[in-house]
Amino acid sequence: MIPELGHFALVLALFLALIQATVPVFGARRNDSLLMSVAGTTAIGQFCFVALSFAALVACYVQSDFSVETVFENSHSAMPLIYKITSAWGNHEGSMLLWVLILALFGALVAVFGGNLPDRLKANVLGVQSWIAVAFDLFILLTSNPFLRIAEAPLEGRDLNPLLQDLGLAIHPPLLYLGYVGFSITFSFAIAALIEGRVDAAWARWVRPWALLAWTFLTLGIAMGSYWAYYTLGWGGWWFWDPVENASLMPWLAGTALLHSALVTEKRNALKIWTILLAILAFSLSLVGTFLVRSGVLTSVHAFASDPARGIFILAILTLFIGGAFALYAWRAPILKQGGLFAPISREGALVLNNLFLVSACATVVFGTLYPLGLEVVTGEKISVGAPFFNWTFGPIFILLMIAVPFGPLLAWKRGDLLGVAQRLMGAMAIATIGVAVTFAVEGGGPVLVPFAIGLALYLLAGAATELIERTGLLKVPVRTALARARGLPRSAWGTAFAHMGLAITLLGIIGETQWGAERIAEVKPGQALSIRRYDFQFDGVTERQGPNYHEVAARFTIRHAGDFVGVMEPSKRTFPSRGTDTNEAALMTRGFAQLYISLGETAPDGSIGVRIYYKPLVVLIWLGAMVMALGGVLSLSDRRLRIGAPMPARRKSAAMQPAE
Amino acid sequence: MTRKRRRLVLISSALGVLAVAVALILSALKDSIVFFNSPTDVVEKHVAPGSRIRLGGLVRDGSVVRGSDLAVRFEVTDGANTIAVAYQGILPDLFREGQGVVTEGVLDPSGTFKADSVLAKHDEKYMPKEVADALKKSGHWKENEGTGPQARTQ
Repeated sequence: MIPELGHFALVLALFLALIQATVPVFGARRNDSLLMSVAGTTAIGQFCFVALSFAALVACYVQSDFSVETVFENSHSAMPLIYKITSAWGNHEGSMLLWVLILALFGALVAVFGGNLPDRLKANVLGVQSWIAVAFDLFILLTSNPFLRIAEAPLEGRDLNPLLQDLGLAIHPPLLYLGYVGFSITFSFAIAALIEGRVDAAWARWVRPWALLAWTFLTLGIAMGSYWAYYTLGWGGWWFWDPVENASLMPWLAGTALLHSALVTEKRNALKIWTILLAILAFSLSLVGTFLVRSGVLTSVHAFASDPARGIFILAILTLFIGGAFALYAWRAPILKQGGLFAPISREGALVLNNLFLVSACATVVFGTLYPLGLEVVTGEKISVGAPFFNWTFGPIFILLMIAVPFGPLLAWKRGDLLGVAQRLMGAMAIATIGVAVTFAVEGGGPVLVPFAIGLALYLLAGAATELIERTGLLKVPVRTALARARGLPRSAWGTAFAHMGLAITLLGIIGETQWGAERIAEVKPGQALSIRRYDFQFDGVTERQGPNYHEVAARFTIRHAGDFVGVMEPSKRTFPSRGTDTNEAALMTRGFAQLYISLGETAPDGSIGVRIYYKPLVVLIWLGAMVMALGGVLSLSDRRLRIGAPMPARRKSAAMQPAE
Repeated sequence: MTRKRRRLVLISSALGVLAVAVALILSALKDSIVFFNSPTDVVEKHVAPGSRIRLGGLVRDGSVVRGSDLAVRFEVTDGANTIAVAYQGILPDLFREGQGVVTEGVLDPSGTFKADSVLAKHDEKYMPKEVADALKKSGHWKENEGTGPQARTQ
């Protein structure tokens, strides 16, 4: 009964989406406010029905209803409750339903919080949003129905892929989808603007919070995915330049560029056409990511099932939306009124430079990800494009970007003073120079690049703080006055500073982990100890345990630092009989910003065991930096300016204006 | 600054950054990509010793020999040809005789492939696509091969 209910709710959601995709857009053309107002109701209705459908699916998993095929394939009655719930989206069908749920959620959010949007814009935005919903609802119902029944219900399920039996599955996909799918809203805004033929500062002011929201979630989702891969795969790596990871990085880069260019459109009414293009690009890359991950073109843990029909369906959606959006763009963009040009040395100029770097960096990632696929189709030759390629292309571009970052917020709008800004950054440069010198002194030999990389990170950190220090007058006025001023600063200034500092923190983590980390791979017998960087890892022996749906062999290590006991680590191997597979549970110990990491290899007949031991200094900063970036996003979102909206008269006029066609 | 000059600065800086990106991509393409080869490819294409490649195929049954200090030797086959592989380190959890594997490294002059990484497969059901294609090409593909131990236990 429950699965049928879920299925039926999804069909109803599709019908609501069909109404929302046509009626409001038609109403907007006819300037019929009644037809336009339908969008708000259907958007909320759609969300309720998709949510009902999703709840029904989760209920099937919680009850271990193995008469439902996806439950049978991906669940097990002995799993803990949390994994029963998360396994609802630990497979292709369920994860697509989550995708659609979030799509509907964003539509409903626009309907609820978009009270200050002009009617026509709101109707068009929700209409376009619903075109996407129709496509993906159809995709689920026609090719990936999670509610299909099996005639004779099996007694036990085939269990969830053991690698996914982790808390990460509860956090990573929802966050990532909130980011990915969040860009559907900015896409809808861009298409609506093209349909209406007008973009103004008010439009940019409405787009920015949505872009910020999506960007914040995407940042957290990527960081969470990276941490999950780091502790679960047992290789100690946190980023593999795997196409699936790149699929999330591409929209992030385009989205970051969008955040910055929308600022120029909002403040200076310029770069409009470019901002629209970025909004289209960010969501297109999200779709490309969905295609790469879900179609089975790539084989990875994310490609749950490869069914050619699904791949072709997604490819069709992809072509339709990306092709359609770009065709509309080519047709309509020229009629948008161009904003003024501006001086190269200005805040606007700096933001353009930021966009150039981000888009180029994004292009290198797109190229590196798609080139092997294209080459295989054309020549049949199989290649792998890995870290060396990206380090050599993405790396230099990002270094140039990071040198420029502190200048941006310090330059004035319209006409900036480059020399003046350089003088204001003297403090940051001095800190960087000290950092370079100290690193040189401590390191002695070693790669020359390392001290400069540390210098760059410190310069970026101090540079981002410079604006805050100047504006609060810290170091010049009494602390209490500075604090009062700090409270008075616009939240967006704090947001910018935090986002940029987060970048610096992540950079520090990356340098520390890659340059100063230590690794040992060896075989140890019980009682033997291995040591790296003054840490001794003594192998005490193995214990066997029985988990709910797995058998576990855990190895106990006693850790001493310079002879003092600091703790016990227990990496383990789990065997899941239902799937006949093993997983590797690495043990982690956080010491300040550093981590110790142990993962197990094979056990030899004589009782010795293969282990990988890593010492990773500053590694925690990589993810901490991402969280600081996301905090910057949240702070910017809470800025008063974004909540209050554009001046009223302009909006009334725009709402009453005749269609631009 | 005139309008014309402003536009010129904008366009030339855009082209400048673009040129840097293209130059970087082209130079990286020259020496940082790795070609995938099956054992038959290695034999037929006369892959030069010392050049970095990926070698993929099935781990030949009964070929895995473990030495001291985590050294291991095994043979990778696609049915038609077989290449000996030497590796030192921890093998991925899903490394098994008769299963698909992808290794990366260089061929030494004696014809042994010195692998510095053996790639982990993420899922027991998944045969690396390159390996599946190579097996199909050499005519040694069996339909149930990609389904791995799970199909066998049931």
